[in-house]
Amino acid sequence: MNANLLEVERLGKRFGGFVALDGIDLTVAAGERVGLIGPNGSGKSTLVNCLCGTLGNYSGAVRFEGRDVAGLTAHQRTRLGMARSFQLPRPFPSMTVTDNVRVPLLYTVNARRGARLTGEEVAARAAELLTLVGLADKAGQFPRDLTQVEMRKLELARAMAAEPKLLIADEAMAGLSHSEVEDIVALLIRLNEGGITVILIEHIMRAVMTFSQRLVVLVSGKKIADGNPNEVIRDKEVERAYLGQ
Amino acid sequence: MFSFELVINALIAGLLLGGFYAAVTIGISISFGILDIVNIAHPAFIILGSYIAYMLNAQFGIDPIVAALIALPAFYALGAAIYQIYYLAFETRGREALSGLAFFFGLLFITEVLLILVFGVDYRYVQASYIDQSINIGFVNLPKRMLIPCMISILMFIVLQVFLSRTFMGRAIMAVAQDQLALRLMAASPTRIKRTAFAISIATASLAGAFLIIIQPVEPSVGREYIGRVFAICVLGGLGSLPGTVIAAMLLGVAESLTATFYGPSWAPAVSFGILLLTLAFRPAGILGR
Amino acid sequence: MRWGAFFLVALAVAALIFGCALAINNDYVFFAGYTVLQFIVLATAWNILGGYTGYVNFGSAAFFAIGAYSTVFFYKFYPMPIPALILIAAAVSGLIGLGTGYLTLRLRGAFFAIATLALAVVLQTLIVNWNYVGGSRGAYIIRPSSIDYIGSYVHYLFLIMLALAVIALTIAYAIEHSALGYGFATIRDDELAAEASGVPTLKLKLIATTLSGALMGMAGAPFPYYIGYLQPSSAFGLEYAVNSIAMPIIGGTVSWAGPLVGAILLGTLQQYVTVTISSSVNVLIVGVLLVAFVVVAPNGIIGLMTSIARRGRRERKPA
Repeated sequence: MNANLLEVERLGKRFGGFVALDGIDLTVAAGERVGLIGPNGSGKSTLVNCLCGTLGNYSGAVRFEGRDVAGLTAHQRTRLGMARSFQLPRPFPSMTVTDNVRVPLLYTVNARRGARLTGEEVAARAAELLTLVGLADKAGQFPRDLTQVEMRKLELARAMAAEPKLLIADEAMAGLSHSEVEDIVALLIRLNEGGITVILIEHIMRAVMTFSQRLVVLVSGKKIADGNPNEVIRDKEVERAYLGQ
Repeated sequence: MFSFELVINALIAGLLLGGFYAAVTIGISISFGILDIVNIAHPAFIILGSYIAYMLNAQFGIDPIVAALIALPAFYALGAAIYQIYYLAFETRGREALSGLAFFFGLLFITEVLLILVFGVDYRYVQASYIDQSINIGFVNLPKRMLIPCMISILMFIVLQVFLSRTFMGRAIMAVAQDQLALRLMAASPTRIKRTAFAISIATASLAGAFLIIIQPVEPSVGREYIGRVFAICVLGGLGSLPGTVIAAMLLGVAESLTATFYGPSWAPAVSFGILLLTLAFRPAGILGR
Repeated sequence: MRWGAFFLVALAVAALIFGCALAINNDYVFFAGYTVLQFIVLATAWNILGGYTGYVNFGSAAFFAIGAYSTVFFYKFYPMPIPALILIAAAVSGLIGLGTGYLTLRLRGAFFAIATLALAVVLQTLIVNWNYVGGSRGAYIIRPSSIDYIGSYVHYLFLIMLALAVIALTIAYAIEHSALGYGFATIRDDELAAEASGVPTLKLKLIATTLSGALMGMAGAPFPYYIGYLQPSSAFGLEYAVNSIAMPIIGGTVSWAGPLVGAILLGTLQQYVTVTISSSVNVLIVGVLLVAFVVVAPNGIIGLMTSIARRGRRERKPA
């Protein structure tokens, strides 16, 4: 058995005539910390959507723990262990912050074999997650009362609540202050040390460089670099396409 | 029973009927197909158009189609007003789904009941010279009351198609369905464009209403038979495609005509709704859908 | 409180209502009351799908009529006591709800809504052409004058509808206070995010459609006995579609109490208006109220009350 958690083979996605993803190959080993960068519109979120099942009709293959996930719906993939946060936060507006975090606990963790949590356990884990992201004092509020930054933290908390094997954080740190970014990076590294594989999609280079063991660069739907972060950022093509100068 | 002449006449009648159905549906193609607004009250506005044509015809002897053209600006204004309410109440609050549907459902009933209160439930019809006449080509029978609405309907469709593909406003309307951000960057207001489009869709109801009362006598609840037909055609033809709407309308007209001829008219309503259910179940993108 | 306790409280209230009705001893109370109770069931059933998951059903009349016509069918084929008919109606309506859902729920909510409209018309056309159950001429059901243990048959019908109302409200209450309720709410709020959080949205939507359809069918099963003469136009009547949407929206779609409030208020209002003015004005008023509430107070009466209470609580806090 290979130790690759995620295998993406020649993944392609078109919207009518527009090619969003053009033959992406990507392998992520269990326990890795991968950074994914690229200009806006390069296909990063499309990639996430295809991996997690939010978008279908893609060409190529996605394999999670060796198993082809074609045909599996988004909720099935989440239950398998792939969780993601949305780039534009999508909280459940009619529920409190705590209840937002309870949903994945009720529907993902509880649905896994032999993992049924009691009401108290669900409440305890929800509170724990909110504390981890720094939202404990907003537990009883509604998403409409949160700031943009707080909503991103809620997104992350919700993804973490699904107790994933692979966590994909899609621009979770936009708008955060310097110290908040450090906190979230530390949190993600801690999660990773606990066994969760993390793909971090970000524009904040400081965070990406601190966090990533491996750096992947996406431009116009194609992967143009994949390797050691320090070497990748010095790559001429990457400089030209994304970093400038 | 199964004679060649009967079949041909049923087919021709179906095509003429289909032309009329296209006029009825074009409004929904715009509001639902392009703007994504589920205006199930559209048939009620068509009936409203029928009654206005009836009034102008009964009071002043005006030809119903001319009457509809006179009433067109009023319908346009009504459409703009309704869109404005819809926009303020729902689109700005992001609650289009449930509330929007309920809103139009309510409008459907209010319109129908107001018509009942004002006009009663008796059937109304219009007088015009061509209503009882027919053109006969060999064994083919072309009733003028079907032929004229069909021809004007095709004309209306051509005008709208040209408008949507050649004029700035028309192309903006097609674009607003795809990409509102790009529109804003072009300094065009998406709200104004959508309002114009919706107003046009209600304006078509004025003409469609005139066609309806030329073809058959009308009473307030007739609109409800058309809800299914209209959405069946829209879905079958592919949302947002005007040519698709016309083709689907013809297909439905022929299907209904053949069913009515060979199985009896009481099965006709089931044809459109049955087609709708089947299309939704098996090919929701329709024939020419995007 | 747990749903078991809710059920007992509801039963107690129902018993109280029945007792009062007996004390008034006027058959009109039972006839009118039956209609209001029927609307409570229909509104609650509609709300399980429409209010909780956000998928609008325009074809409530279809499911109601399925219940009514399965009763007619068995009346002619093999007469059965009403409770059995109710179970059969639940099964048939539930199945059709499941079928419609399966065909259309993978599409957007708007398509589902239109499909339910289509369903109502297709079913009506089928029934109109089915002579065994009377077709367009209608069917006569002889209502027995009395039944063992209860006495008057009208009282019996009233009691049955009371029981159905209690059941419907308890089911709604139980859903609201369970994980299923959360799942429904996520579907209403943001189906995409719900899926990403592990909610099996299709399965839950199918549960909602089946349950909703089944309850509506159950409400329709005793109807032929109540009315004595069943025509397609009355079984598939306008008022069922409008009311089952208007009552929850006006009452408030977020909680079990909304349809109850809406049904009682609108139901009694309509009894009054139909008798004193006309049934057309009746539908007009319902339509106007529906549009007004949807535009101005989308959370209904219950929503208005909760926001007034919340504002009051905030104002009472020291500045």
